[in-house]
Amino acid sequence: MIKIKNLETGYGKLKVLRRISMHVNPGEIVTIIGANGAGKTTLLNTISGIVRTRAGEIIFDRQNIAKFPPEKIVLMGCSLVPEGRQVFPTMTVKENLLLGAHVLYLKKRKGLIKEELERIYTIFPILEDRRHQMAGTLSGGEQQMLAIGRALMSKPKLIMMDEPSMGLAPLIVKEIFNIIRKLREDGNTVLLVEQNAKAALKIADRGYVFETGRIVLEGTSDDMLTNKDVQRAYLGRDLDAEAKL
Amino acid sequence: MYWEPDKECMSRDELEQLQIERLESTLNRVYMNVPFYRKKFDEIKIDIDEIRSLDDLRRLPFTTKNDLRENYPYRLFAVPLREVVRIHASSGTTGMSTVVGYTKNDIKTWSNLAARVLTAGGVTKDDVVQIAFAYGLFTGGFGLHYGAERIGASVIPISSGNTQKQIKIMQDFKTTALVCTPSYALLIADTLREMGVNVNSLSLKYGLFGAEPWSEGMRNEIQEKLKIIATDNYGLSEVMGPGVAGECIERNGLHINEDHFLVEVINPETLEPVPVGETGELVITTLTKEAFPVIRFRTRDLTRLISEPCRCGRKFIRMMRVMGRTDDMLIIKGVNVFPSQIEAVLFDIEGTEPHYQIIVDRKGHLDEVTVLVEVSETIFFDEMKKQNELIETIKQMLATELGISVEVKLVEKKTIERTEGKAKRVIDRRKF
Repeated sequence: MIKIKNLETGYGKLKVLRRISMHVNPGEIVTIIGANGAGKTTLLNTISGIVRTRAGEIIFDRQNIAKFPPEKIVLMGCSLVPEGRQVFPTMTVKENLLLGAHVLYLKKRKGLIKEELERIYTIFPILEDRRHQMAGTLSGGEQQMLAIGRALMSKPKLIMMDEPSMGLAPLIVKEIFNIIRKLREDGNTVLLVEQNAKAALKIADRGYVFETGRIVLEGTSDDMLTNKDVQRAYLGRDLDAEAKL
Repeated sequence: MYWEPDKECMSRDELEQLQIERLESTLNRVYMNVPFYRKKFDEIKIDIDEIRSLDDLRRLPFTTKNDLRENYPYRLFAVPLREVVRIHASSGTTGMSTVVGYTKNDIKTWSNLAARVLTAGGVTKDDVVQIAFAYGLFTGGFGLHYGAERIGASVIPISSGNTQKQIKIMQDFKTTALVCTPSYALLIADTLREMGVNVNSLSLKYGLFGAEPWSEGMRNEIQEKLKIIATDNYGLSEVMGPGVAGECIERNGLHINEDHFLVEVINPETLEPVPVGETGELVITTLTKEAFPVIRFRTRDLTRLISEPCRCGRKFIRMMRVMGRTDDMLIIKGVNVFPSQIEAVLFDIEGTEPHYQIIVDRKGHLDEVTVLVEVSETIFFDEMKKQNELIETIKQMLATELGISVEVKLVEKKTIERTEGKAKRVIDRRKF
């Protein structure tokens, strides 16, 4: 699906990604975990074309998209659910969703939009209930669902999510992760950036651990969950105790 | 039969991506966690961020057995000892032993790779696997033990030695797969004959052999005498243990588990890479080891890579059976000679037994080589002329193969010492 080789990027003199190589296979959930400032969000922004690539390749759909503008990348089927949801608060839920469908307009596949809207409403029934409500009036969890729904409206091949659990109550987090798991069951491919490493590894197939712009560990989620470094650094020290519960 | 078809049959393209990802994260980890590597890279002023392709790997320094010894016992570990769940030491065929460690994940990976090798060699969950490798610090026993358990086979951890008991168990427990050194397999075969056990009464189907160099002739001999499919497998404790590479039942070279090990073949003298297909020293970089990663480890094992696809469908590159070690290579009269070359010649000659010993001595300034060859009993009852003819044939064939002349002595059956572990083929009496 996507293959990244020796990606390097930064802001001004600051090198943020030093040399990143990774890949996501079709139908997988791959998670990126790491501390603040490790470069996780920068990676998603670079894939999306928002941050410029300095060196390296991003092969998406057999094309190197490293120098492509963001709108072209979205059009190719790579959508981002940004950190902090970024819904348009003074527009209705439905309007927000329709905005996500602009790609379908551009592709002259307007006919699909209604169908897609129905599909999103089946995944998130709450969004249908609130379709005429201003997005700003939604709860954090609902806004997150809206942000995911908006990204799905473009029928992307790859959905990238930046910290979808951020600032949400534990029960809502669980719901969001269930939805991500369901997205995979429906054949979607997900690249998930998360601080909540344990929850992310539980639903992901594979993971990469970022540390100061480099990948220090990669492997299946099961292996990562048993890796002591990951446990200590990202999963909290109570993992063994929790496992007993 | 594959153990992990999605891995063993992955395309080269996918494999290369995985290798580069794993190489980069391994380098990042060793640089962070192992002072030895950090110092070595800093000394030659190499920035590991500049290693961006598999070819770039060549810019990194080699790691040798000596580096391992100098950092005895734990200084090359990349994780704290509390995360290590197992410690092994090299079998010490040559020199003092070196210590290696495994995390929980390393053991998991190891079992899995050993399971691949066993599956490729024919073993399934329905098999009864007799592991006649030594257990203990040596990795041979445990590695294949865990692999066989992983497959779901019934494992008999008999360890090496007590050949008659091995045979009794083989009969009573209905062993279907034998795991040991090839020389021990031959000893078992000979003992069977002595005990008057009909090999057809056994349930043996497969043999997985490793831990020492052997020849195609020896394979044929084992296959014939034990009526099994004999495959070769390869591993070394410094890198992991058995499971690094193994033959499939096509028996045409060992598939290297390339998603976990990056291999190069170099000229042991110039240290430059040799073209694919040419013989040289195998160099291995681990891609997934957590506790004991090694970067460009010089194995001292001589082999060549086979890039042609194998009929079994596995996409991993193959290596030819190890033909010897750079350190058991004898330099005789300035010519490089490997015991395996001599073995190969002897196997082609009618009337000889697959047991031999090479004695190297120096008379004045000249090297002298004597090859002791066991012959079938019948020949000794015949007249001298036949014996002399046989000696002449062996001499001539060895001279053609090696490019130097050697003395040949025929000895009676059973005069050369049999071993239960690795065979001692060479006695070098030269004093330098």
